[in-house]
Amino acid sequence: MNTSLQQPERTSEKKSERTTLDGSHMLLESLRRESVEVVFGYPGGAMLNVYDALYDGGISHILSRHEQGSIHAAEGYARVTGKPGVVLATSGPGATNLVTGLADAMMDSLPLVVFTAQVATTVIGSDAFQEASVVGITMPITKHNYQVRDVEQLPRTIKEAFHIATHGRPGPVLIDLPKDISAAEGKFDYDKPVQLRGYQPTTVPHRLQIRKLSNAIRQAQRPVILAGAGVLHAKASEELLQFAEFYGIPVVNTLLGLGAFPGGHSLWLGMGGMHGTYAANTALYEADLLINIGARFDDRLTGNLEHFAPQATVAHVDIDPSEIGKNVPTQIPIVGDAKESLSMLMEESVQIGDISVWRTKLQNLQEAYPFWYVEDGTGLKPQRVVELVHDISNGNGVVVTDVGQHQMWAAQFHPFRDPHKWVTSGGLGTMGFGLPAAVGAQIGLPNEPVFALLGDGGFQMTMQELSVLVDHNLPVKVVILNNAALGMVRQWQQLFYKERYSHSLIPKQPDFSKLAEAYGIPAFVVDSEEDAAAALQQSMKIGGPVLIDCRIAPMENVYPMIAPGKGLHEMVGVKP
Amino acid sequence: MSRIVSAIVNNHPGVLNRITGMFLRKNFNIQSITVGTTEVDGLSRMTFVIGTDDSRVMEQVTKQLHKQIDVIKVNDITDQPIVARELVLIKVFVPPAQRAEVNNLIHPFRASIIDVGRESITVEATGKSEKIEALIALLRPYGIQELARTGLTAFTRDQSSVSEGLRVSKNSTLVI
Repeated sequence: MNTSLQQPERTSEKKSERTTLDGSHMLLESLRRESVEVVFGYPGGAMLNVYDALYDGGISHILSRHEQGSIHAAEGYARVTGKPGVVLATSGPGATNLVTGLADAMMDSLPLVVFTAQVATTVIGSDAFQEASVVGITMPITKHNYQVRDVEQLPRTIKEAFHIATHGRPGPVLIDLPKDISAAEGKFDYDKPVQLRGYQPTTVPHRLQIRKLSNAIRQAQRPVILAGAGVLHAKASEELLQFAEFYGIPVVNTLLGLGAFPGGHSLWLGMGGMHGTYAANTALYEADLLINIGARFDDRLTGNLEHFAPQATVAHVDIDPSEIGKNVPTQIPIVGDAKESLSMLMEESVQIGDISVWRTKLQNLQEAYPFWYVEDGTGLKPQRVVELVHDISNGNGVVVTDVGQHQMWAAQFHPFRDPHKWVTSGGLGTMGFGLPAAVGAQIGLPNEPVFALLGDGGFQMTMQELSVLVDHNLPVKVVILNNAALGMVRQWQQLFYKERYSHSLIPKQPDFSKLAEAYGIPAFVVDSEEDAAAALQQSMKIGGPVLIDCRIAPMENVYPMIAPGKGLHEMVGVKP
Repeated sequence: MSRIVSAIVNNHPGVLNRITGMFLRKNFNIQSITVGTTEVDGLSRMTFVIGTDDSRVMEQVTKQLHKQIDVIKVNDITDQPIVARELVLIKVFVPPAQRAEVNNLIHPFRASIIDVGRESITVEATGKSEKIEALIALLRPYGIQELARTGLTAFTRDQSSVSEGLRVSKNSTLVI
């Protein structure tokens, strides 16, 4: 990585010591007080005061090539570091370009603090140049948002924003900053504690509810743990491991919860849901006690709700009470932080019955029905590419994906041992997420190998962010699983639309290697396992970004699968 | 059946939009909303009438309301002793010859005539929604020209003030 990400000298230190600052310097000083090291953004007219202040140093800035790139990068950064990602964008189109990323961060509970510029307060409402009602637009897709109308309210607002974004269930918070406010002078006071009467998340669960769950565990014969991203947000992976091992309860991960429990562990059943393992879905279907820790019972996990965990007592640990009972009736609700809840559950340490028959059954299923693909000579198998990526980093790399078939193959064939090494767009399913998110992941973890596993469709939605890899010499290995199609769409059309491939086949894709070269990025084109392995080996020796265009078998499908409307017990393609 | 939910919210610009947006987003069937200030500076009371009797939907309504940063306190007060009132203004076509008759008709409702025109009168009434419905039904045969209802506003009888309610909220942990 080049030195442009090193902290510049803080030439504005003198300003921070003053009690009076302009809005822009207040913003930057507030970021410093929140220990923000890097912001992702794109300048524009109404944000120029802030960008001018940024020039004074103290905070690194990553210039994306589209605001969507900024916010997905901030999401990638937040996912791997657990710290809030900070975004700057200008008014109007700059702000509206953030909409997809805000919705994505909201769905996947990622802490972001997003600053959008706004036209001056004197012209708000006049349809001024580059004016958009950003607060109105983003209200449904942010955890909270603000428009600052008084410069002296800016420090308090920023402090509240960071508090809300990172406390309780994380989420994106937006601050709309009119241009005249960013120029106005006022008293800077960042010392007042945050006081939000309406926002006091319950982190410590009720002891009575913990005891109810302990009693249920004592009586259970077929218990299963469903571990979601809430475990990762609470940094509770260690506690989850202790809890599962203490009772010997098998663990299913959600897509976003991969890494919350060590992949490959004898109690690990893999991912559940539409493209999950047979063992995981059997466990969810046959369980008599389902302990959901930090998952939100997304429909891609549950399948048809009528057939979801029909025999189970459902316990749900979640810091957001509104998630409990939202989709699945819950008998044991536990409102609290996953770490606190698991610690309290361990304190109870009840005697569990003999569940070895259940455990053995699931372990046997896990061995008997692994994820599979057939080497049938139809070309480079995408699943094999994922395995190669895993092997090349000894399973220690950060894997970032876009959305589609490749995302599912990555989730299936890369067992994530460690938390915070998996970055994907789960809830919103945002194509175009992968490449910019990999930028943010690499900035957050500069010393870790980062692989951006992308499809050819999603890559082309935000491929301009290759520039950012070059700007900062980020050693991201961009691995495109190129099947010249919108693969997941094509698969559904094959299975559910009588093979009528309406606008999903794109045989004349551009030459991505030449594109990479145009950006100054070394590139490989591979269409065999041997070449793919060699290219990956070679790429690891190159200090900067590399692009590998993997021409994969075009008709490869993601299996096993639960068709829309079907239950978890109705998987197809469990075996070749 | 409908449920009545009362919420204390910050009196900030955009809060009403934030709340109604949430109702739209979550597909909750809302029948009426009333908003007004309380005895505490900076706080408003919102009263919602929700068109459902599904306990799971109602649980989500209260939880989603509570989740809003600007919402301080939420209560489903349907089954509690409450004081609930709605205001209605009804402009009815009543020729002069029939005015005495209409005046007698609305008297048991404690409604009053607050405006008189050549061809119409305007009746004002307050009360529970059922009473308002009954009054409207009674006046409909005469020909209702215009009608404006405020929607229900309400609070519990045994809760003397908003500040007392806040104290209760502060000291309790949210347990479902």
